[in-house]
This record gives sequence, structure tokens and C-alpha cells, in this order.
Amino acid sequence: MRSILRFVISRLLQAIPVLLAVVTLTFFLIRLAPGGPFTSEKSYSPEALARLNAHYGLDDPLLVQYAHYIGRAARGDLGPSLKYTNRTVNAIIADAFPVSLELGMWALLFALAVGIPAGVIAALRSHTALDHVPMALAMTGICLPSFVLGPLLTLGLALGLGWFNAAGWDTPSDRVLPAVTLGAAYAAYLARLTRGSMLDVLPLDYIRTARAKGASPWRIVTRHALRNALLPVVSFLGPAAAGLITGSFVVETVFHIPGLGTMFVTGAFNRDYTLVLGLVVFYGALVVLFNAIVDLLLAVLDPRTRKGLA
Amino acid sequence: MKNTSFALLGFALLALTVTACARRETPVQAGNRDQILHIGNLSEPQDLDPHTITGVQEHHVLFALLEGLVTEDPKDLHPTPGVAERWTVSDDGCVYTFFLRPDSRWSNGDPVTAADFLFSFQRILSPNLGAPYAYMLFVIKGAEAFNRGEAQDFATVGARAIDPHTLEITLTAPVPYFLTTLNHHSWYPVHPPTILKFGAIDQIGLPWTKAGNFVGNGPFTLQSWAPGDKIVVRKSSNYWDRANIRLNEIHFYAIGDNNIEERSFRAGQLHVTGTVPIDRIAYYQKEHPELLRLDPYLGTYYYLLNTTRPPLNDVRVRRALAMAVDRARLVRYVTLGGETPAFNFTTPDTAGYTSRARLPFEPKTAQQLLAEAGFPGGQNFPKLELLYNTSDAHGRIAQAIQQMWKETLGIEVQLVNMEWKVYMAQTDQHKYDIARAGWIGDYADPNTFLDMWVTGGGNNRAVWSNPEYDRLIAEAARTRDTTARFECFQRAEQLLMDEAPILPLYFYKSKSLVAPSVRGWYPNLLDRHPYNRVYLEP
Repeated sequence: MRSILRFVISRLLQAIPVLLAVVTLTFFLIRLAPGGPFTSEKSYSPEALARLNAHYGLDDPLLVQYAHYIGRAARGDLGPSLKYTNRTVNAIIADAFPVSLELGMWALLFALAVGIPAGVIAALRSHTALDHVPMALAMTGICLPSFVLGPLLTLGLALGLGWFNAAGWDTPSDRVLPAVTLGAAYAAYLARLTRGSMLDVLPLDYIRTARAKGASPWRIVTRHALRNALLPVVSFLGPAAAGLITGSFVVETVFHIPGLGTMFVTGAFNRDYTLVLGLVVFYGALVVLFNAIVDLLLAVLDPRTRKGLA
Repeated sequence: MKNTSFALLGFALLALTVTACARRETPVQAGNRDQILHIGNLSEPQDLDPHTITGVQEHHVLFALLEGLVTEDPKDLHPTPGVAERWTVSDDGCVYTFFLRPDSRWSNGDPVTAADFLFSFQRILSPNLGAPYAYMLFVIKGAEAFNRGEAQDFATVGARAIDPHTLEITLTAPVPYFLTTLNHHSWYPVHPPTILKFGAIDQIGLPWTKAGNFVGNGPFTLQSWAPGDKIVVRKSSNYWDRANIRLNEIHFYAIGDNNIEERSFRAGQLHVTGTVPIDRIAYYQKEHPELLRLDPYLGTYYYLLNTTRPPLNDVRVRRALAMAVDRARLVRYVTLGGETPAFNFTTPDTAGYTSRARLPFEPKTAQQLLAEAGFPGGQNFPKLELLYNTSDAHGRIAQAIQQMWKETLGIEVQLVNMEWKVYMAQTDQHKYDIARAGWIGDYADPNTFLDMWVTGGGNNRAVWSNPEYDRLIAEAARTRDTTARFECFQRAEQLLMDEAPILPLYFYKSKSLVAPSVRGWYPNLLDRHPYNRVYLEP
């Protein structure tokens, strides 16, 4: 227990330089891009431009701005958005993140519910139709990009059959198509991963021992084989969950979902410096957090890595 | 095991079918029944503050939430009474007196007064607010000096309240199109106590525009604003003309991608779209012409020719480039949106003005001009760069024109595409040879097209200057008689086309898909549709 606590603390300490590096790089990189937040087709008058720059502190030397930013960010204040003038970056994240989170959870749920059973069945019935068909589908799922799958699902199920809205995030049924689109590639990858590691585990001696002791096939799969076979799956889940939850720009665009991914990309196009920086900090923290959680989970699942913790 | 996984799969399938077991009632069907209009509104509004916004999507929403002194006729945009039920003009055309309706109210029940308008004018003109459209009010006497910080006292500005319901505005000159500009959002009133509740009159970025905070005087009130998703406005119970408002709600969706917007329209989620994907226009023209609206729009697509860079500093070269472009062929085979080829800059029939000047397609003359300029058959002509912001449509147009110049003039240009802000920064700093551009008029008067080309104008990115042109535009601003004023514009535009610092390509069309149930939605040059008269016929 103490070793786990020490692990968590050291992970948190490691996160600080990582985040600082990410923020610093982004801060100076985004300023290198030509144009600014107030560059627009109808030119601002020089006076108006000067007032706006002064208001947002954009007329200070870059290093001063950087120091100000780090100071505020350390206190959790990510500043005002330069484009959406009545909102702060904190408020934008508070609005958009729950949406991305929900979408990511549904997608992850779909990926797990489809991917793992399909992989297990394929491994148990390897080289039969129950193996070949799902695995071929999985390969297609991995190869099919979401900007193809999304519109295809929309055409078939929303426009063709009229079951769903083509886009939007209003009704519960609006969650189905985006979740499937976002989760499909992960489901496919999970299926192949599960099948592969199941095939590695099934011929091992301890499975034979379990079978010899008379354990039921169900018990052998769930208690003995799967527990080991899921280790690579779990280590894949960390980055996967972070990726799913921080939002996929493509899926959010294809289905017009007001999540973080859309905000990030439009923020960069708008030269909304504070918004882009804020999202980078947030994403960075999230990825570090998820990786730490996965390492912890692995430690709990696998006694061999537990030693490494201490 | 097998059973469980099948059960899981079965459950997933079941969940899919149960959530959507049959064709659902679409939002449009439900909307027709409940008078709820669903509108595709381009991208996410940057704010809903009439004094700081710049885009059309913001205006579409504000149009429902606020009302200016005048409003406009949905068919021909002539000014009609808004908050002012009537007005008088002094003999010299410089003093307007507006008589406000006693029953005009803010959404919280407060009466709309002349003082509210004064507060609003002061706010947009305050130097600290940095309002991009403050210049729209420079027609008021003393407004420009106040905005530049040269005068500190707002009393020096020519606007005063004679009594709570009488507002007097004194202009610098008898600006004939004054009333039509009043419907621009820069002239809209804001509710003073609401602004002051959140901060100072000239403070940037106050949260007063959020749902729950917003107090407006328009036919609708701000119900909710889900950023990146949609804005919902609901019929106001305090609006003076509420008895004639038939819509209960309007939902504005910020769908930036026009393909997704079109799919949403087909899925019955939108009554009206903000635009139509170019490659779908032919389909609708053939299969569903009743849904497609392509209407003249107050805007021109053109190329800037940088007059400071040789050889473009030679008027013969500029005219040669212009006369070598077959704009009729361009709109027919490339742009495909039913646009009108442009041979001059101002959109035809802008408030009754149609330019006589023409910069025609004459390949023979073009070749001759280029030869006179010292480049016979395109010989020794330097390789110019044609800059456009990254987009499929701009790219196709640029390629077509590159080809036309090659065929007709024997010259090569290099296409360069840049991301939007980079492109803006380049053209702003005049770092380009030839650049794509578009201009959308702010109000229905030729002045909105022609005064941008005066020497040193903020939007004069061609860096062109002509004293006679400047004189004509200034004279037009002083002239009251419409015929004489338009004559000034005619001569100015003739000069502009003779000198060709710009190459007009086509006049925009507003493109939209409109469901058959939408009534009271009329085509007009500004693509503005006062919601007061719109309703849904199930």
C-alpha cells in the first residue's frame, strides 16, 4: 500500500516538468504562426487593435506574457478566450469536456462490449468461420477511417432508414452513431489483441492443469485464461481511453458534437492562443493521469510488475 | 462463455433497435406543429454583443434578440418603423428626430428609452471597447473624434434625448443611406443596467451576453446557448408587436461543415440551411428545385492586384490580366453555384444603382495591352504568385484562371494557398502579387463597395490610390440628390475599372435549402430574413 502511494506521488511529480515543457513549446510555437486573434477580413482600425491587444496583454514582451501565463495557469486560471469573448477557457472546457467524456465513454463501452467477446470467441474457435468472419470485420474496422464510417452510417441508418438524426447531440439516440463510429476501430483492435493473447495463453500448462482439475470451460476462460490474456488489453486501454475521451475531432465534426476536439482545432485556426494553450495543458494532464492509472491497474493485475513499483 | 458473448452482442443489437425502432418524428415535423424554426447558422458565434461582433452568424441571432430604431422590409429592405414608430428629417438632411414607441420594452419589462440608445452609441464609440464597427457611427457629428479619444465628453457627439421617447441625431453630412444603416447591429441598443451590472460601459468581454443574463428588446429572448451546438430563442412576452409573432422558438445550429448541414436538412433536422455544398447544387436543381434557393447577394468575389509591385504597377498589365479572364465560363463550369459573372465591383441593383462601367472579357485587347506593356505574347513576363486561402472552391477557380492567362496571354502564374489567418496576414501587409478576396456589403448602398478603395482605406489591400476617385467618393458623401450621388459613384466605378487594381470575378449568390413548410422567407440582397413575419405551415 505504501509503495503504491509512493508510486502515485512520484508520478505526480514527474508530470510537472512534462506539462511545463508542453506548455512552453506550445506557447512559443503558436506565436510563430502568422496572423493573430484579431486578424480578420474586415480590418480593425489601428486604435481598436491597440486597445484589444492591450486588454488581453498581447502588447507585452513575449517573455512577460509567458511568465504571466504560467503564473495564472499554476493557479488553475487558463484565462479568457480571445475568440469567444464572453467566455473563459475554464468555462469552455467545463462545457465541452463532459460532452467529449460522455462520447468517449460510450465509444469505449461499445469497443469493450464488442471487441473482447469477439476476440475470445475467435480464439476459442480459431480457424473456423467464428474466427475468420469477425477478424476480417475487425481488419476492415481498423482500416476504415472514421470520416468514412461516420458518413456511411449516417447515410444508411439516418437518411436511408430514418432511425436517427444525421447530426447533433440532443436526444439519447444521438449518442449511438457517434459512439459506434468512434469505437469501431478500437473494438476491432481490441478483438485482434484479445484473440492474439488468448491464443498465447490457452496452450499454457496452467490452463491444462485447470482443465485436468475439472474446472468448467466457462471458469477456465474467465478466471484463468482471460485474466492473463487481458494484460496487454489493459495496457492498451490507458492511451486508448485518453484518446477516446479527449475527443476525436473527426467524429465530433462529422456528427456536429460540441466537444473538446472541435474546440481545439477551431481554436488553432482562430489563433485563440489562450484556448489552444489551455486545451494543451488539459489534454497533457489527462494523458499523464490515464497512463498513471493504467500502470497502477497493471500492478494490481500482475504481481510481476508490482515488484518494479517498490 | 459462448452464450454470454452472444447475449452481449444481442444486447448491443437490441439497444440499437430499441432506441430507434422506427422512423422517428423529425425535428422539422415537430417544429412545424409547434412553430419551432430550425436554422443552420454556419459557425459558432463569437459573442452576441452587437457592439463587438463582426460575422453574419452573430447577426442572424441578434436579429431575433434586438431591434434597432428602424427595421426593414423583408422583400426589398426599405427601412420600416422599429423601435421608432416615426421620424422626421430636417430640411438640410442632417438632423433626424426619432419618436420611440411608448410600448417598446426590454425583455425584463423596462421601457426602451432614448437614453438607452445614447448609452449604446456611447458604448460602441468608447475607445476602450475597441469595437471593430465603431466606424459605422462616424456619420454622427463628433463621433469619430470621440472614438479616437480626441474628445472625452460624449456631449460633444451629435446625439441627444429630447425626452425619454424622442431621440435626435445630428449627422456630419446629409447621408442619404443613413436609415438603411440603422439596421446594422452596430446601431442596436443594449440594456444599460444589464451592462453596468457586470462591469463598466467600455469593458471588453463581459458575460452579459450569456443565456440568463441577456436582456434584449427584440421579438425573441435568449433561452439557452450551448456553445458549439445551438442557440435557442423564444418568443418574447414583452415585445411591442408580440401579437403578430407566430414562431414560438428559433433554434440556431452552429454547423460549420456544409456537408453535415445538408445531411441534417435531409434528415429533417433543419428548416433552413446557411449554405449548400457546391457539388449538391446540380442535384437539387434537377431533383428538388422547390427546396433550393439561389438568390442575388450583396457581395463580390474578386482578385486583388498589388499595385505596388512591378509589373502590376502598370495599368496596362492589370487590364490585360482582367480582360483575359472569361468570367462567364468561370461561373458556368467552375463555381457552379448559379453566380453572375462580374464585370464591375458593385453588386447590380444595390439600392437601385447598377454600374455602367465594365471591365469586359476581350482576349484580343488583353494581348495587345500586354504587348504594349513590353511583354508581347507573355515574353519575359515574371512569374507572379496567385495567393488564395486554402479551400477547394478557391483552388478550382485559381486553376481555371491560371489556365486562362496561360492560353490567352502566354504567362505563367504560380498558385500559392495558405491557411486563412496566414493569408489574411499576407494580404494585410501587402505581401502578395495577386490575391483572392471577397467583399460582402454592410448595408444596401453602393457606398459600402466603393468607399473602401479610397487612398489609405483600411480594406484597400490593393494599395491603390487615385485623387480623383477620392474626390468623387467624398462628393457622393455630401450629395443628397440620389441621381447626382449615383452619378458620382458611376464615375468613381468607371475609374476603378479603368485602373483595374482589382479584378471582379463574380457576384455572390446566397445559397440555401428551405423546407416547403417555411413561410414569409423572402429573398433579398443581404440574405436577411426578419423573423417577425416568418411562420411554419404544417
